[in-house]
Amino acid sequence: MTEEADVGCARPTGGPVAEASNETSEGSPKIKGERAMITVGQKAPDFMAPGYEQGKFVNVKLSDYLGKWVVLCFYPGDFTFV
Amino acid sequence: MSIDSMFVHKMWVDDELSKMVEGGVPFPMLSDASGAVGRIYGIYDEAAGVETRGRFLIDPDGVIQGFEVLSPPVGRNVDETLRQIQAFQLVRETDGTEATPSGWRPGKKTLKPGIDLVGKVWKEWETSMAFD
Repeated sequence: MTEEADVGCARPTGGPVAEASNETSEGSPKIKGERAMITVGQKAPDFMAPGYEQGKFVNVKLSDYLGKWVVLCFYPGDFTFV
Repeated sequence: MSIDSMFVHKMWVDDELSKMVEGGVPFPMLSDASGAVGRIYGIYDEAAGVETRGRFLIDPDGVIQGFEVLSPPVGRNVDETLRQIQAFQLVRETDGTEATPSGWRPGKKTLKPGIDLVGKVWKEWETSMAFD
């Protein structure tokens, strides 16, 4: 599910996984500057991201959790108050 | 997931969160330093350079069943998140033959959508059931 990550001096970040690039394929042409809205009933965009879990640095890919319910939470920042 | 690095996540767990949650946070705390993931989920605040409080429920097929987005000063209600997951799980287990009306919690009455229920919900459900 999660793989342990090598630690270097870089500050890695998360990012979408391949299929997000299908924006330019068929379907209605995107208006410049238009933002694709997340819609219920549609696939969650897949991504890969580094993280910390229980004493280890890990790499997590959303699609590795297929078969389970996932709660994906975003928040403004560590050490904020709420 | 936030824009903080995994190193800061570690320090937050070590210095503070482990004092609130025994053994530390039991799930992965992810880093989205560039905001790339937050952008595709539509919750990245470009002006402030942070992610807002977006929360997405994703089913076992990888499909988004619900989401909620709050601005930073107001925290979430975890009970409500769990209630929604329980409701979606029930719908999934019954293959959509049952639906959960407003205020549903495990043990409360579900509705069975169908032609016999059209115009008859008032017989099955009353507004007080929308509240705990």
